[in-house]
Amino acid sequence: MQYFIQVVVDGVATGAIYGALALAIVLVNRATGLINFAQGAMAVMSTFVAFGLIRAGVPLLLAAVVAIVFAFALGAFLERVVVRRFEGGDPDSAVVVTIGLLVLLGGISALFFGYEPQPFPSFFPLGTINIFGVFVSLRSVGTIVILLVAMVLLQVLFRSTKLGLAMRAVADNPRSSALSGLPVSRLLMVGWGLAAALGAIAGLLVAPQLFISPGMLDFALVYALAAAILGGLDSPVGAVVSAAFIGVVEGLAGAYIDFIGDDLKIAVPFAVMIFILVLRPQGLFGRKVVVRV
Amino acid sequence: MSLLELENITASYGHAQALHGVSLSLPAGGAVGILGANGAGKTTTLRAISGMVKTTGRILFEGKDISGLSPDRVARLGIAHVPEGRGSLPQLSVRDNLLVGAYQRRDRKQIAEDIEYCLDLFPNLRERIKSNAAALSGGEQQMLAVARAVMAKPRVMLLDEASLGLAPSTSRRVYEAILRLRREAQLSMIVVEQNAVLAFSVVDHATVLETGKVALTGDKAELMGMDAVRRAYLGG
Ligand SMILES: Nc1ncnc2c1ncn2[C@@H]1O[C@H](COP(=O)(O)OP(=O)(O)OP(=O)(O)O)[C@@H](O)[C@H]1O
Ligand SMILES: [Mg+2]
Repeated sequence: MQYFIQVVVDGVATGAIYGALALAIVLVNRATGLINFAQGAMAVMSTFVAFGLIRAGVPLLLAAVVAIVFAFALGAFLERVVVRRFEGGDPDSAVVVTIGLLVLLGGISALFFGYEPQPFPSFFPLGTINIFGVFVSLRSVGTIVILLVAMVLLQVLFRSTKLGLAMRAVADNPRSSALSGLPVSRLLMVGWGLAAALGAIAGLLVAPQLFISPGMLDFALVYALAAAILGGLDSPVGAVVSAAFIGVVEGLAGAYIDFIGDDLKIAVPFAVMIFILVLRPQGLFGRKVVVRV
Repeated sequence: MSLLELENITASYGHAQALHGVSLSLPAGGAVGILGANGAGKTTTLRAISGMVKTTGRILFEGKDISGLSPDRVARLGIAHVPEGRGSLPQLSVRDNLLVGAYQRRDRKQIAEDIEYCLDLFPNLRERIKSNAAALSGGEQQMLAVARAVMAKPRVMLLDEASLGLAPSTSRRVYEAILRLRREAQLSMIVVEQNAVLAFSVVDHATVLETGKVALTGDKAELMGMDAVRRAYLGG
């Protein structure tokens, strides 16, 4: 039982990382109708900014804050200069553009820092914490708490602020929102910036575990996409719940099904995902029946 | 001096030119109608004012040329456009739709009063205040679109076929509210309609468009007196 709970908590923590990326993908998709395949590469690049700063002697927390701010700026910048031209146009060319960005940003990261995975300091001390008699790692608990806080803050932003209302309006109907005087293009930049900042948080939290490299989030991105689609692509809650589910399934399969082990466990969530999508094409929480792309 | 003045406007969608030199004048406090058949260029004229299409010619608002501005900048100057097809924000509640309308305002107390005013103007919306706009009937969505424009406290309201697809009794209710707005809110209006009777319930002057050009302009009595106008827009 003790072991089972540990596996589940670790799975939720891993799932929370996928969830943050999935939420970023959903934010962008709701605002612009695009699926941003570069979401992971943007997060890695931002994490590398923190890495470079730490190497230069900047304290960990400060480096993390700078990386998150950098991510926001990067997201806003990419929306403004690259993605803007493809929004509302042919979705296929937009997809190719974000895949192009994925390759480009990965290349830039590699140019500065190489392809070798390198150790990244953790935000949490090693060790475990005793919760109701069960020992779980501080890292997992910390990861879950930080991402929960980020999600609550996002929820507050969207539900209770004027900026959030404006962003929801633009996601809903940009042309009509402009007729009420909403600065649509700036709001789209903010949306991309927020999504990128969220991705950077995921990157920073997972880097100590995976070691940092340009391809660090490749698997996570695929899981995040799976979670976003499983959640229905336009449902933030759906994305997060699905991501946690994927993390747990992945963990349990690796821990309990002998022939699966570490190599094959990445395939398990996909088997589950395909099974669910066959039964419910619109995803677990989705409204839209048709998924673009 | 007129509040809004269109001088020799052309507009095109890609290579297809939809307006060929349209001129129009809206006096402060006035209301003018734009009549015309399907495809005559009524909607395009409103889009030209709102910066939603590429134009040539001058569009003067309070004496300043606003042509070439983006739609959100035009809206912030005080021109509220109720688009063809209502343009509601379907996933937002009725209240949030109204608050989006008030986006550029800072006067919180007055905003709350104006929401009350809108709900008084359109009592249907009061019962639906928490519903998503997507759940409203066509008539209620049209009322919401007008109310959202009112929430911006504009100087000019551009109304595009508010009667489209509505039952006659619903259209009349919408137009009664629009008339009340004209009287009470000191709004100047451009009212696009295919139904001349509805348009003339609010406006005193109208321009008739035909294939992107001004075919006729005149006041209510003049236009209603013409056989051609009666046949085309009054069903007899
Ligand atoms: N988005 C568009 N792209 C290309 N052409 C368009 C577009 N919208 C309108 N047009 C064309 O421009 C011309 C004027 O159309 P417009 O919509 O302004 O007419 P309208 O008078 O509003 O008609 P209706 O009464 O049907 O609304 C038409 O020939 C129409 O086909
Ligand atoms: Mg029209």
